[in-house]
Amino acid sequence: MTRPHDMGGRYGDGPVIPEAEGEVFHADWHARALSVTLAVAAHGAWNIDVSRHVREKLAPMDYARFSYYEKWMAGLADLLVEAGMVTAAELAAGDAAPQPPADKMLTQENVPAVLARGGPADRPSSVGPAFKPGDVVRTRQIAANMFVDGGHTRLPQYAAGATGRVIRYHGTHVLPDSSAHRLGDAPEPLYAVAFAASDLWSHPENPGDEVILDLWQSYLAPA
Amino acid sequence: MCMPHDDPDHPHSLLPPDPALRIKALETILTRKGLIDPAALDEIIDTYENKIGPRNGAHVVARAWLDPAFKARLLEDATALVSELGYYGRQGEHMVAVENTDDIHNMVVCTLCSCYPWPLLGIPPGWYKSDAYRARTVREPRAVLADFGVTLPERTAVRVWDSTAEIRYLVIPKRPVGTEGMDEAGLMALVTRDSMIGTGLALDPQASEAKA
Repeated sequence: MTRPHDMGGRYGDGPVIPEAEGEVFHADWHARALSVTLAVAAHGAWNIDVSRHVREKLAPMDYARFSYYEKWMAGLADLLVEAGMVTAAELAAGDAAPQPPADKMLTQENVPAVLARGGPADRPSSVGPAFKPGDVVRTRQIAANMFVDGGHTRLPQYAAGATGRVIRYHGTHVLPDSSAHRLGDAPEPLYAVAFAASDLWSHPENPGDEVILDLWQSYLAPA
Repeated sequence: MCMPHDDPDHPHSLLPPDPALRIKALETILTRKGLIDPAALDEIIDTYENKIGPRNGAHVVARAWLDPAFKARLLEDATALVSELGYYGRQGEHMVAVENTDDIHNMVVCTLCSCYPWPLLGIPPGWYKSDAYRARTVREPRAVLADFGVTLPERTAVRVWDSTAEIRYLVIPKRPVGTEGMDEAGLMALVTRDSMIGTGLALDPQASEAKA
């Protein structure tokens, strides 16, 4: 029932390698992969949750062997075909018949405005907050999408069935579990919930340490 | 209940094996079909290489160090405040600032993908997106800090923020001692990218002066 992206708490990955601040892209193709992905998103054929899920759906072997931007490219290729924007034959050929610019093509002069506008995830909702800061809550026992088997969720395995306390209310936000499968925004209350390290890990480094996650109301029950 | 749509023959496997050729193929197809404009790609790259980066965040932190009322507003509603400074945008639509003190050290991670406050810090560094950082930080933050050469006092509790939603977190590092009287530009130079993610501390002014 797991997907390879859900790696929080995993053992065996080795050291984290720091790097200097000035190096934004380590190769030209990294910069191209990022910019192509951002530019083609302007057509609005998918949302951020759909694009996250397509990367998570990569075969575990591919997810592990692909570098970061290789995951982006693989996800993008799959999305383009799924959305009917590119055919499998065109991917295989590495070329396509020329066509005039599409209406929503991102132009150079629109780049600053599009990047500055972003894509906020807060939405009005008919679902009122059931919790407030200070409340003790328990997360779902099973960290899974309730609508789609093997679907997208933002409750990591390591925090499933854990008891924590609400420390901040963020307002009502798009529910990724719904949005990633084009089932609608289904906005609901979102909270920051703090968990004691000792409630998540068998050998916490320090009893006073905490992990805080942003969790949707439907992931939580009173505890 | 829908069924999952797992397909072992993902279309991406049709692309060339070399990553540079893979993106070249995608770029060629999309350009020919009128779906992307190569000039827009250059503009996006220039934006994140030269215009949007961790100096934006350093500006916010230096202001917070200098002005208690600014810091109070930042902790209360960071999104509104950084918007006023022109630091609103993609991957920074909902900002929260958290403050490091003698008692609490904050660190930010995204275990599920690579969520990061782009308008304030730019494109995340390679290590932030690495399996090692994503896997280890929630379970052993102090061991990860050791990889960055940082040791915290035992009495300081670590709070790791796993960015599981669209909220983006900015760490306000502790203001170093010996910085009284320094101006905004001087303070900004002490604020490193890593100190705003929580994997580093702000620079010691004596040490950075000796280096300069």
